[in-house]
Amino acid sequence: MFKKVNFMEIKKLSKYVYEMQKEGKMTLSPKIYANEEMISVLRGEEKNKNNSLKQLENLTTLPGLLGVVCLSDLHIGYGAPIGTTTASDLKEGVITFAATGFDINCGVHSLVVPLSAKEVEEKKGQLAEQLFKDIPAGVGIGGKLKLNVSEMDELLMGGAEYAVAKGYGSKKDLQMIEEKGKIKGVDTASVSTKAKERATDQVGTLGSGNHYCEVQKIEKVFDEKAAKAFGLNEGGTFVSIHCGSRALGHQIGTDYLPILDAAVKKYNISIPERDLVCAPISSEEGQKYFSAIKAGSNAAFANRQVIGVLVKRVFEKVFEINEKEIKTFYDIGHNTAKIEKHFVDGKKREVLVQRKGSTRGFGPGNLEVPLKYRKFGQPVIVGGSMGTNSFILKGTTKAMSETFGSTIHGAGRSMSRTEALRGASGEEILKQLAEKGILIKARSVKGLSEEAPGAYKDILSVVEVMHQSGISEKVAKLKPLVCVKG
Amino acid sequence: MGREHFEHKADIGVRGRGHTLEAAFEECALSMVEVFVDTSRINPKKAHKIELEGTDNGALLVSFLNELLFLKDSKKRIYSKFRVKLGKEHKVDEKGNVKEVVTLKGTLFGEKINFNKHVFRTDVKAATYSELFAGEKNKEFIAQCVVDV
Repeated sequence: MFKKVNFMEIKKLSKYVYEMQKEGKMTLSPKIYANEEMISVLRGEEKNKNNSLKQLENLTTLPGLLGVVCLSDLHIGYGAPIGTTTASDLKEGVITFAATGFDINCGVHSLVVPLSAKEVEEKKGQLAEQLFKDIPAGVGIGGKLKLNVSEMDELLMGGAEYAVAKGYGSKKDLQMIEEKGKIKGVDTASVSTKAKERATDQVGTLGSGNHYCEVQKIEKVFDEKAAKAFGLNEGGTFVSIHCGSRALGHQIGTDYLPILDAAVKKYNISIPERDLVCAPISSEEGQKYFSAIKAGSNAAFANRQVIGVLVKRVFEKVFEINEKEIKTFYDIGHNTAKIEKHFVDGKKREVLVQRKGSTRGFGPGNLEVPLKYRKFGQPVIVGGSMGTNSFILKGTTKAMSETFGSTIHGAGRSMSRTEALRGASGEEILKQLAEKGILIKARSVKGLSEEAPGAYKDILSVVEVMHQSGISEKVAKLKPLVCVKG
Repeated sequence: MGREHFEHKADIGVRGRGHTLEAAFEECALSMVEVFVDTSRINPKKAHKIELEGTDNGALLVSFLNELLFLKDSKKRIYSKFRVKLGKEHKVDEKGNVKEVVTLKGTLFGEKINFNKHVFRTDVKAATYSELFAGEKNKEFIAQCVVDV
């Protein structure tokens, strides 16, 4: 018996922009930024019961949606696909768990180090050892900061500002963080004591899975003017720190799953799958969940700020350099929910924007972009998979009008973890990358196998689609030198 | 009757099978713990009791798995053996309405995390409602969902 596959109709709008046609209970036609090969991969997945396009179809049945956009790193998630941005009407819309996920405000914090990549390569081994020693990473590994529940409340309200007050970095750093590292309007009562207890020793820790701290060479500059304004020189050194709100964010998600499940029944919302649990934005449940997301986001900003400073101190230990000479480049989250102003049907209005595996990529002149970069657009840090290139892009005006100012966050997975485990072993991967001059230090060698470079889409094509479609433009390409993982 | 991990492109599916739903819950829990640690090295020497409730067996399974993750992070305890008893109770809500809830009374057997002994793998962030099933299918009981890693 063959199962009937219901193929979604996808219309090609231009070379890199497609539109999935509205069918059944869908309320709109979502846009997909992709190349032909990516679309054919999505099509191939449709034979599976659970696939990206099915998740996209389900997501677009939710009430009050004003737009759904998928970027070129699109792949299957839980409930909503990764690489998706939704914009919802504040009165009619819902706040959906799956469109932000468990790893609230997971993102990338980055540094520009005033050392040449050549200088760094000469002490690569020592640097890797010191990073591995000083940056807490891996399952169950706590950090130096131990907070009690009332200190946790200060952290949830203060975000990166709290980290700075505790001696991690300076106020200047805050200017270089999305929302200046602190989202206002947090009601700490919206976060359970359980969530606070679960993360008391996790501020300043990387975690595990695909989270990492990577030292990179600025291999190529594509846009000289923007790179100059961004402080990026070819042959220079860059650091990317990828992690999120850790167990605090995970517990917030865990706590709100049953609350949103009950809200679906209470407000009589029709959802095609249970993993799309949600609540009206304007409802008590919706507002509390939104506050908890803001709190989780602040915890993530603080977490990355602390790690950023720990990394600066490692450079101070290994090289003749003062931590203050290392500049915070930018910090941006990719699992978020925010009220933003966007043009909808020609009118600028406030909407709820949820991004899952998608970052802001605001265009030139936007007041949310740090003054230093404002003329050129917001820096977008696109994290590659282990051993592959990462990219710095800049946001564009086109993104503001087409994608609610959103863009890609990384490569996106192309292979399941179980498939990846059947491939090269962790030891083999370490060896292969070492031959390419990339030094990996990881606590879990099995985990390395799951994160093998081949388990992800080709970052070059993912970036190219965004560049060619004019949503985000290439500024620089980074090559990994040292990568520390949990 | 066993446990397994099932395919999911970004995350991982955990599944337990048993002659009873309770046994399937226990196998599913072990399947999830095996994602983040080698369970053969966890000595089930200390028992810890938990009580949970939910609107239905699916929600209860997700709460059960998430409770194990909470205990790992907050109490630094990990488990390799589980005894689960499922039941039903009637509760009165704030508005005075009587509603039926499903309950889980469990005993978890394990120990405190010891980094010299326990070999950790990829952390599990949470159990999700994705591909969630807790019930009977083809004459066996299955408890499964996707966990976020």
